[in-house]
Amino acid sequence: MNNLSEDEGTTSSKRIYMDYTAGKPVDPRVVEAMLPYMETMYGNPSSVHSFGQEAKQATEEARTKIAELVNAEKKNSIIFTSGATESNNMAIKGFAYRNKDRGTHIITSSIEHMSVMNPCKYLSTRGFKVSFLPVDQYGFVNLETLEKELTDETILVSVMYANGEIGIIQAIKEISRIVHDKKAVLHVDATAAVGQIPIDVKAEGIDLLTISSNDIYGPKGVGALYIKQGARVEPTIHGGGQEQGLRSGTENLPGIVGFGKAAEIAKKEVQTESERLTRLRDRFIKGLTEPIPYAFLNGHPVERLPNNVAVRYSFIEGESMLLSLDMMGVAASSGSACTAKTLEPSHVLRAIGLKHEEAHGSLLFTLGKQNTEEEVDYVIGIMPDIVKRLRAMSPLTSKELKE
Amino acid sequence: MYTEKVMEHFKNPRNMGEIPDADGVGTVGNPVCGDVMAIYIKVKDNRIADIKFKTFGCGAAVATSSMVTELAKGKTLEQAMKITRADVADELGGLPPIKMHCSNLAADGLHAAIEDYYKKQKVKGMKK
Repeated sequence: MNNLSEDEGTTSSKRIYMDYTAGKPVDPRVVEAMLPYMETMYGNPSSVHSFGQEAKQATEEARTKIAELVNAEKKNSIIFTSGATESNNMAIKGFAYRNKDRGTHIITSSIEHMSVMNPCKYLSTRGFKVSFLPVDQYGFVNLETLEKELTDETILVSVMYANGEIGIIQAIKEISRIVHDKKAVLHVDATAAVGQIPIDVKAEGIDLLTISSNDIYGPKGVGALYIKQGARVEPTIHGGGQEQGLRSGTENLPGIVGFGKAAEIAKKEVQTESERLTRLRDRFIKGLTEPIPYAFLNGHPVERLPNNVAVRYSFIEGESMLLSLDMMGVAASSGSACTAKTLEPSHVLRAIGLKHEEAHGSLLFTLGKQNTEEEVDYVIGIMPDIVKRLRAMSPLTSKELKE
Repeated sequence: MYTEKVMEHFKNPRNMGEIPDADGVGTVGNPVCGDVMAIYIKVKDNRIADIKFKTFGCGAAVATSSMVTELAKGKTLEQAMKITRADVADELGGLPPIKMHCSNLAADGLHAAIEDYYKKQKVKGMKK
């Protein structure tokens, strides 16, 4: 009972990666598309000569592909950044500073990524008022509260498309209608959703949209902000005036080309891959919860990202589960305090109403292109023993489970 | 993240379990911070004859619990009272900085168990 395996102390030879939200591999087709832009086509898009012009053309082709992925009205609505964190900062701080004459109230949800939460908190120290919307037990933003919070002073509402930690997908179209009724602007952080769900900024009424490259199997260190025509944003990085003056700095050419290729692939393959992942996800959730007592799903069973499997087990702690899984070759994640830089459990898990000890017992698997049914079944197979061993060790385990 | 020693104790914890007729029990931590430890001791001739632990918590919490039972077993109560959090962490080859205060509660648990033992002895003495 004390040992995880017969061959004590040795680590499993299997290596199964199920932490795709933390980081994704770059699609080999993307790598191939990027290589020439590191070796032979290294010009600066701002240069007049042919080297510069071929770089410029590559940048604009990538811009078109990203615009197509989210159905933006024109390619110039896409501004390249260094990633989702920068895009979120630009959307929130950039929009707030540019429009503060119209009002100083911002609304966001209580389950946003830190790169939305913290710019909002920062602005609240710079003369802005920020409201954090509550969510229900599944993570749905409360639409009535949104309606009530919106005033003539409200300039911006920022709500994520989907949450990577609990998988919840928000009713963006509905949120957009409410926000636009009050003449405010809607920013949507779609980092976790793009590439998994088809997104249409026009049909869904999105004014500002954050997109990340690595989350669609592109290279790290590049992202984009979609800015609808008419929405005005102040630059957060000043310099040579690249990206229509909104984001200075020489373009990350190989990154942008790779991002463009990844967007092209995502547009083509999103449907098939999402269907495959949804099947895997549902099999996985069932296998992780049904055979084990006191096992629960975090988030909503249906309005859920195709790759998101977030569960929790009573009486045990997340990091212990992660270490136990890692010893068996499985890489997962947890909303547990102990894995984060702070000691508090994840703000997302707290916002959906989990008690501290429940949040501490959370375990997050995020699936991706390389995961197979065999891998899912392997993890389903080893989970009961991991939970049993840790529960045997825990002073919190209920008496009935001890028998 | 963790030393080999920590992982070794996490994989094969020493003295895990309960002592139903323990002479002293110390429970420290709380579920809010994510760590709860219970240390059970059996005392004979002023020495810790047997010691067991139960822990809810991260890898560091399990490893420090396991290590403190190893350090305390066979020691006199006075010697055991002198085991510090730093001793436990040092024996494990160190802990990540953030774990030093949140999950390194095992020595506190041991001390609480010994104090519980003293308290129970006092009550027994009064009954006599």
